[in-house]
Amino acid sequence: MAATTFPERPVRTPNDGPGPDGSRRRGLRHINWARVTPYLLILPAVAFELLVHVVPMIVGIFMSLIELTQLFITNWSAAPFAGLGNFGVALDFSGPLGQQLLRSFGITLGFTVLVVGISYAFGMAAAIVLQRSMRSRGFLRTLFLIPYALPAYAGIIVWKFMLQRDNGLLNQFLVDVLHLTNDRPFWLIGSNAFISVVIVSIWQQWPFAFLMSMAGMQSIPDELYEASAIDGASTWQQVRHITMRMMRPISMVLLLLLFLWTFREFNTPYVLFGPTPPASADLLTVHIYSSSFITWNFGLGSAMSVLLMAFLVVVAGLWALWNRRVRRDA
Amino acid sequence: MKIQPLAAGASAMLLAAALTACGGGSGDSGSGGAGTTITYWASNQGASLQNDKDILTPEIAKFTKQTGIKVNLEVVPWTDLTNNTLSAAVSGQGPDVLNIGNTNAVTFQSTGAFYPFDDAAMQKIGGKDRFVASSLATAGKAGEPPTSIPLYSQVYALYYNKKLFDDAGLKPPTTWEELVAAAQKLTDPAKKKYGIVIPGATVNASMHFAYIFSEQNGGSAFDAAGKPTFTTPGMIAGVKQYVDLLAKYHVVNPSAAQYSDSAQAAGDFARGNAAMYMAQTSGINVLAENGMKPEDYGIVPIPAPAAGQKVSSFVAGTNISVFKNSKNIDAALQFVKFMTSDDEQKILNKAYTTQPVIQGVPASFTDDQEKIDTFTEVLSSRAKPLPLVPGIQAFQANVGGAAVALVAKAATGAQVGDAEVKAALEEAQQKMGAS
Repeated sequence: MAATTFPERPVRTPNDGPGPDGSRRRGLRHINWARVTPYLLILPAVAFELLVHVVPMIVGIFMSLIELTQLFITNWSAAPFAGLGNFGVALDFSGPLGQQLLRSFGITLGFTVLVVGISYAFGMAAAIVLQRSMRSRGFLRTLFLIPYALPAYAGIIVWKFMLQRDNGLLNQFLVDVLHLTNDRPFWLIGSNAFISVVIVSIWQQWPFAFLMSMAGMQSIPDELYEASAIDGASTWQQVRHITMRMMRPISMVLLLLLFLWTFREFNTPYVLFGPTPPASADLLTVHIYSSSFITWNFGLGSAMSVLLMAFLVVVAGLWALWNRRVRRDA
Repeated sequence: MKIQPLAAGASAMLLAAALTACGGGSGDSGSGGAGTTITYWASNQGASLQNDKDILTPEIAKFTKQTGIKVNLEVVPWTDLTNNTLSAAVSGQGPDVLNIGNTNAVTFQSTGAFYPFDDAAMQKIGGKDRFVASSLATAGKAGEPPTSIPLYSQVYALYYNKKLFDDAGLKPPTTWEELVAAAQKLTDPAKKKYGIVIPGATVNASMHFAYIFSEQNGGSAFDAAGKPTFTTPGMIAGVKQYVDLLAKYHVVNPSAAQYSDSAQAAGDFARGNAAMYMAQTSGINVLAENGMKPEDYGIVPIPAPAAGQKVSSFVAGTNISVFKNSKNIDAALQFVKFMTSDDEQKILNKAYTTQPVIQGVPASFTDDQEKIDTFTEVLSSRAKPLPLVPGIQAFQANVGGAAVALVAKAATGAQVGDAEVKAALEEAQQKMGAS
């Protein structure tokens, strides 16, 4: 073996070339696999995270700092540097664009609170009911999960048909069957559009809340319920003091996830209303889309995106702080 | 857990960055000769995407037979065409040849993504003198090499249902006041019959009407320096004239406020639920595809208020462009030459019922000489070209969007008067300032 004939040769010289097998094997033996393995395992995830999330994020931040309009979209490097100019326009609440952004933010916040609150309540209630074994449990669980399993677009387009004014199912039911009103209401334009987008979003989101709550409740030991029953606790007391109490950490994560997802919901308003939504349902993501794609001002659109991201980061940060305090106190 | 919020925000960001990722692929082999494949995005000129494929496929086969160049045809709906083109311009990954609405020609020219037809390139496709001057004027800014070549030319006109007019003892209107009176007479909401139909939620058509009616009222969307002047009295009066059909006179089915596609309006007219319909030349083909025979309707210029300017249309139409970074410029130019050749102009403009853009090629989209005469008259003496400014796409989005919002307001019962129209146009103008 070559390595044994030249023992004084430094083993770790990188320019060994097609060098002796023995030295390389000994080099490999120097790697501490126990220490390296976790990093190797996490490497693909980190690489893809960088590629899929962090790189576009950085590009987006860069875009928000330049005047990227129709004149420069084929050659970004020629776009003049705007500094914080785009942010200035977006946050100038006395100007028309800032005002609209603020309005859109308010609508989105209201939309999110309604959708998250109602989805969470629905999901939790359904999970509690279906926790007891009953005959139709499997069927109902499947039924409730259908909206979550359907492709989002297909589901929303069906809603769009149902919400049509002239031949939509909803108006047929309200006007022709129940005779509640003679004047067929609009559901996709005007102020009713907000109600429509809230309902469709709840329909989409609540199965996830249901699924998470159901999974969480499986981990609550039956003994707790049995013991409380012996102590004479009513069903309501059991739900309040055992189920809700034990579910608290899961509920916290669930609410955060629902909030983040709902706040940046794009599919539902876009498929329902197209690129120019009615004023009552002007949600942030579509607003940002219009600001960049319809008016071709990508710098401004990116600045708004960065602001949206900053807001969500702050929300998540506050959540984390609050969560830590609650845990410490508990 | 810490990465989650970041990821959440980042996904929203992806939305803005996504444009770099879309766009179709282009042929990537060789240039010019036989065996090359080019990609062509055709706009949706016909009644449906399939209608377009049926019309274009045999013509493309002829081109392939003549030159050996294969063409990969994709028909793109108008609602997607501008966005797809924009994505292609940003990413540099696009088709070799594509159609654009001629209203957008100058906006796309300003992006620098399209191949400029300088004199040499013009010669390759047969020279600029072959083209009808008013059509070629839409190809780009004056004084710069155009970045698009006219393909199909169109103008707006008023289509009216002959039987409904005869039954009511009405004559086709020659002034806007007559149009409103006729529409009122023909409207019976209980029977779901209305005087006129508008594509209420269609942004580009709404901009077209806003433009035509503003010009009738002496308004102008842009001043000589190319600055937007959306709040002049003429502009406000024009937009109000359009919205009043629904807001004041109630001669439009409120449901039309949801029509986000011009074809929905055509359907109402073809079924006899609306007695009048304002559409471009290609409406003849769209109505035929909807089962309405040409003898059932008449065509007159869109009337102006008695005291107004006699403007009935702008020079509408579809242009064809070549992507600057196409690897097959020569093949692409050959294709443009083919599409604008006398023979193809005759065949395609007949199929799409549009007007040829080549001098000496007669319009043959209908056998009815009266209809041809109406369109010829509109094009020659009642059409005012849209301003050739780079902000034209933003004008379309903002003023068209404002008209759509006003129509929606009127449909849902809100008051729409001068003040509301002015506020909407003011907002549209402010948005222009920032872009």
